[in-house]
Amino acid sequence: MADGTPTNFSSEVEGKTLTKADFVESVYSRIGGLSRRDSAEIVDMLFEAIKETLSRGEAVKISGFGNFVVRDKKARVGRNPQTGRDIEISARRVLTFKPSQVLKDQLNG
Amino acid sequence: MNKSELVEKLAERAKITKKRAELVVNLVFDQMAQALKRGERIEIRGFGSFTSKAYEAYTGRNPRTGETIHVPAKRLPFFKVGKELKERVDYPQVARTNGAGGAPIDGDDDDDDDLGDEDEDGDDTAD
Repeated sequence: MADGTPTNFSSEVEGKTLTKADFVESVYSRIGGLSRRDSAEIVDMLFEAIKETLSRGEAVKISGFGNFVVRDKKARVGRNPQTGRDIEISARRVLTFKPSQVLKDQLNG
Repeated sequence: MNKSELVEKLAERAKITKKRAELVVNLVFDQMAQALKRGERIEIRGFGSFTSKAYEAYTGRNPRTGETIHVPAKRLPFFKVGKELKERVDYPQVARTNGAGGAPIDGDDDDDDDLGDEDEDGDDTAD
Protein backbone atom coordinates (compact mmCIF):
# COMPACT_ATOMS: atom_id res chain seq x y z
CA MET A 1 0.00 0.00 0.00
CA ALA A 2 2.96 2.31 0.42
CA ASP A 3 3.11 4.27 -2.76
CA GLY A 4 5.79 6.74 -3.65
CA THR A 5 9.03 7.10 -1.85
CA PRO A 6 9.33 8.41 1.66
CA THR A 7 11.44 11.51 1.21
CA ASN A 8 12.05 12.45 4.77
CA PHE A 9 11.39 11.13 8.21
CA SER A 10 10.01 14.21 9.80
CA SER A 11 11.25 13.16 13.20
CA GLU A 12 14.77 13.64 12.00
CA VAL A 13 13.99 16.93 10.39
CA GLU A 14 12.05 18.58 13.18
CA GLY A 15 13.61 16.90 16.15
CA LYS A 16 10.74 17.58 18.55
CA THR A 17 9.09 14.62 20.23
CA LEU A 18 5.78 14.76 22.04
CA THR A 19 5.67 12.66 25.21
CA LYS A 20 3.30 11.88 28.04
CA ALA A 21 4.65 14.89 29.92
CA ASP A 22 3.16 17.11 27.21
CA PHE A 23 -0.25 15.48 27.63
CA VAL A 24 -0.03 15.91 31.39
CA GLU A 25 0.83 19.57 30.96
CA SER A 26 -2.12 20.28 28.70
CA VAL A 27 -4.57 18.33 30.89
CA TYR A 28 -3.25 20.26 33.88
CA SER A 29 -3.50 23.65 32.24
CA ARG A 30 -6.75 23.15 30.34
CA ILE A 31 -8.88 21.30 32.85
CA GLY A 32 -9.47 23.18 36.07
CA GLY A 33 -9.24 21.78 39.57
CA LEU A 34 -6.64 19.10 38.96
CA SER A 35 -3.16 18.99 40.40
CA ARG A 36 -0.25 18.03 38.19
CA ARG A 37 -0.16 14.71 39.95
CA ASP A 38 -3.89 14.12 39.29
CA SER A 39 -3.33 15.02 35.67
CA ALA A 40 -0.45 12.58 35.38
CA GLU A 41 -2.52 9.79 36.92
CA ILE A 42 -5.43 10.43 34.59
CA VAL A 43 -3.20 10.39 31.52
CA ASP A 44 -1.66 7.11 32.71
CA MET A 45 -5.10 5.64 33.33
CA LEU A 46 -6.18 6.61 29.84
CA PHE A 47 -3.34 4.72 28.19
CA GLU A 48 -3.64 1.82 30.60
CA ALA A 49 -7.34 1.45 29.73
CA ILE A 50 -6.45 1.36 26.04
CA LYS A 51 -3.67 -1.16 26.59
CA GLU A 52 -5.88 -3.46 28.65
CA THR A 53 -8.55 -3.51 25.98
CA LEU A 54 -6.01 -4.29 23.27
CA SER A 55 -4.42 -6.99 25.42
CA ARG A 56 -7.78 -8.77 25.47
CA GLY A 57 -7.69 -8.74 21.68
CA GLU A 58 -10.37 -6.09 21.44
CA ALA A 59 -9.99 -3.15 19.04
CA VAL A 60 -9.94 0.47 20.23
CA LYS A 61 -11.57 2.89 17.84
CA ILE A 62 -10.99 6.59 18.33
CA SER A 63 -13.21 8.45 15.90
CA GLY A 64 -11.37 11.26 14.17
CA PHE A 65 -8.00 9.70 14.95
CA GLY A 66 -7.87 6.04 13.99
CA ASN A 67 -8.41 2.43 14.94
CA PHE A 68 -6.05 0.21 16.90
CA VAL A 69 -6.79 -3.35 15.84
CA VAL A 70 -5.36 -6.64 17.07
CA ARG A 71 -4.77 -9.10 14.26
CA ASP A 72 -4.19 -12.81 14.37
CA LYS A 73 -1.28 -13.96 12.27
CA LYS A 74 -1.11 -17.61 11.27
CA ALA A 75 2.09 -19.55 11.64
CA ARG A 76 4.14 -19.49 8.46
CA VAL A 77 7.47 -20.61 7.15
CA GLY A 78 10.01 -17.86 6.86
CA ARG A 79 13.68 -17.85 6.10
CA ASN A 80 16.64 -16.72 8.09
CA PRO A 81 18.24 -14.23 5.69
CA GLN A 82 21.65 -14.86 7.19
CA THR A 83 21.76 -18.63 6.95
CA GLY A 84 19.16 -19.15 4.25
CA ARG A 85 17.56 -21.79 6.40
CA ASP A 86 13.79 -22.21 6.64
CA ILE A 87 12.33 -21.45 10.02
CA GLU A 88 8.83 -21.69 11.32
CA ILE A 89 7.40 -18.34 12.38
CA SER A 90 4.85 -19.13 15.03
CA ALA A 91 1.28 -17.86 15.13
CA ARG A 92 1.05 -14.50 16.82
CA ARG A 93 -1.15 -11.56 17.59
CA VAL A 94 -0.02 -8.15 16.47
CA LEU A 95 -1.31 -4.64 16.91
CA THR A 96 -1.96 -2.47 13.88
CA PHE A 97 -3.03 1.15 13.59
CA LYS A 98 -5.24 2.39 10.80
CA PRO A 99 -5.42 6.18 10.72
CA SER A 100 -8.85 7.70 10.14
CA GLN A 101 -9.54 9.72 7.01
CA VAL A 102 -9.96 12.77 9.25
CA LEU A 103 -6.41 12.39 10.57
CA LYS A 104 -5.00 11.83 7.10
CA ASP A 105 -6.78 14.94 5.85
CA GLN A 106 -5.48 16.96 8.79
CA LEU A 107 -1.92 15.96 7.97
CA ASN A 108 -2.38 17.16 4.43
CA GLY A 109 -4.54 20.20 5.10
CA MET B 1 -14.14 -0.22 22.35
CA ASN B 2 -15.01 3.14 20.88
CA LYS B 3 -14.28 6.62 22.16
CA SER B 4 -17.37 6.97 24.34
CA GLU B 5 -16.71 3.62 25.98
CA LEU B 6 -13.16 4.72 26.62
CA VAL B 7 -14.48 7.96 28.14
CA GLU B 8 -16.78 5.98 30.44
CA LYS B 9 -14.01 3.68 31.55
CA LEU B 10 -11.69 6.59 32.26
CA ALA B 11 -14.39 8.47 34.20
CA GLU B 12 -15.05 5.41 36.32
CA ARG B 13 -11.40 4.70 37.10
CA ALA B 14 -10.20 8.23 37.64
CA LYS B 15 -13.39 9.09 39.54
CA ILE B 16 -14.05 12.14 37.42
CA THR B 17 -17.19 13.17 35.55
CA LYS B 18 -17.80 11.84 32.06
CA LYS B 19 -17.65 15.38 30.83
CA ARG B 20 -14.12 15.81 32.17
CA ALA B 21 -13.03 12.39 30.98
CA GLU B 22 -14.25 13.29 27.52
CA LEU B 23 -12.27 16.52 27.67
CA VAL B 24 -9.13 14.58 28.60
CA VAL B 25 -9.57 12.05 25.80
CA ASN B 26 -10.20 14.76 23.22
CA LEU B 27 -7.32 16.87 24.48
CA VAL B 28 -4.83 14.01 24.24
CA PHE B 29 -5.83 12.81 20.79
CA ASP B 30 -6.14 16.35 19.40
CA GLN B 31 -2.68 17.11 20.71
CA MET B 32 -1.35 14.02 18.99
CA ALA B 33 -2.99 14.95 15.70
CA GLN B 34 -1.59 18.48 15.93
CA ALA B 35 1.90 17.19 16.61
CA LEU B 36 1.75 14.85 13.61
CA LYS B 37 0.50 17.72 11.51
CA ARG B 38 3.57 19.73 12.50
CA GLY B 39 5.73 16.78 11.48
CA GLU B 40 6.67 15.92 15.06
CA ARG B 41 7.16 12.52 16.53
CA ILE B 42 5.12 11.14 19.45
CA GLU B 43 6.55 8.71 21.93
CA ILE B 44 4.41 7.15 24.64
CA ARG B 45 6.41 4.84 26.82
CA GLY B 46 4.87 1.40 27.21
CA PHE B 47 2.50 2.11 24.36
CA GLY B 48 4.29 3.02 21.16
CA SER B 49 5.36 5.83 18.89
CA PHE B 50 3.84 7.75 16.02
CA THR B 51 5.66 9.35 13.13
CA SER B 52 4.55 10.83 9.88
CA LYS B 53 6.31 10.29 6.61
CA ALA B 54 6.22 12.64 3.66
CA TYR B 55 5.77 11.12 0.23
CA GLU B 56 6.63 12.89 -3.01
CA ALA B 57 4.12 13.28 -5.78
CA TYR B 58 4.43 10.72 -8.54
CA THR B 59 2.74 9.66 -11.72
CA GLY B 60 1.21 6.27 -11.40
CA ARG B 61 -0.87 4.06 -13.59
CA ASN B 62 -4.10 2.31 -12.98
CA PRO B 63 -3.06 -1.30 -13.55
CA ARG B 64 -6.50 -2.28 -14.77
CA THR B 65 -7.16 0.46 -17.29
CA GLY B 66 -3.60 1.54 -18.03
CA GLU B 67 -4.71 5.09 -17.41
CA THR B 68 -2.06 7.52 -16.13
CA ILE B 69 -2.88 9.13 -12.82
CA HIS B 70 -1.16 11.83 -10.86
CA VAL B 71 -0.69 11.05 -7.18
CA PRO B 72 -0.07 14.25 -5.23
CA ALA B 73 2.52 14.63 -2.47
CA LYS B 74 1.18 13.54 0.87
CA ARG B 75 2.03 12.91 4.46
CA LEU B 76 0.93 9.69 6.18
CA PRO B 77 0.92 8.77 9.88
CA PHE B 78 2.51 5.56 11.14
CA PHE B 79 2.34 3.79 14.47
CA LYS B 80 4.99 1.50 15.87
CA VAL B 81 3.90 -0.55 18.85
CA GLY B 82 6.09 -0.37 21.93
CA LYS B 83 7.78 -3.43 23.38
CA GLU B 84 5.60 -3.74 26.46
CA LEU B 85 2.31 -3.48 24.58
CA LYS B 86 3.56 -5.71 21.79
CA GLU B 87 4.22 -8.45 24.30
CA ARG B 88 0.92 -7.92 26.10
CA VAL B 89 -1.05 -8.16 22.87
CA ASP B 90 0.73 -11.27 21.61
CA TYR B 91 0.21 -14.81 22.86
CA PRO B 92 2.29 -15.76 25.88
CA GLN B 93 5.93 -16.18 24.87
CA VAL B 94 6.19 -19.52 26.68
CA ALA B 95 4.57 -21.23 23.72
CA ARG B 96 7.37 -20.10 21.49
CA THR B 97 10.41 -22.23 20.80
CA ASN B 98 12.11 -20.74 17.74
CA GLY B 99 15.17 -22.90 18.18
CA ALA B 100 16.28 -21.29 21.42
CA GLY B 101 17.55 -23.63 24.13
CA GLY B 102 15.40 -24.46 27.08
CA ALA B 103 16.18 -21.32 29.01
CA PRO B 104 13.21 -20.59 31.24
CA ILE B 105 11.69 -17.17 30.80
CA ASP B 106 11.94 -15.04 33.91
CA GLY B 107 10.01 -16.10 36.95
CA ASP B 108 6.41 -15.87 35.98
CA ASP B 109 5.18 -18.94 34.25
CA ASP B 110 1.82 -19.03 35.96
CA ASP B 111 0.35 -16.31 33.87
CA ASP B 112 -0.64 -17.79 30.57
CA ASP B 113 -4.31 -17.22 31.21
CA ASP B 114 -4.33 -13.73 32.63
CA LEU B 115 -4.97 -11.91 29.39
CA GLY B 116 -8.56 -11.17 30.22
CA ASP B 117 -8.07 -10.11 33.81
CA GLU B 118 -7.01 -6.74 35.03
CA ASP B 119 -5.47 -7.84 38.26
CA GLU B 120 -5.28 -11.12 39.98
CA ASP B 121 -4.63 -11.01 43.64
CA GLY B 122 -6.78 -13.82 44.95
CA ASP B 123 -4.88 -16.56 43.21
CA ASP B 124 -3.72 -18.78 46.00
CA THR B 125 -6.91 -19.22 47.95
CA ALA B 126 -7.20 -22.90 47.20
CA ASP B 127 -9.93 -24.58 49.21
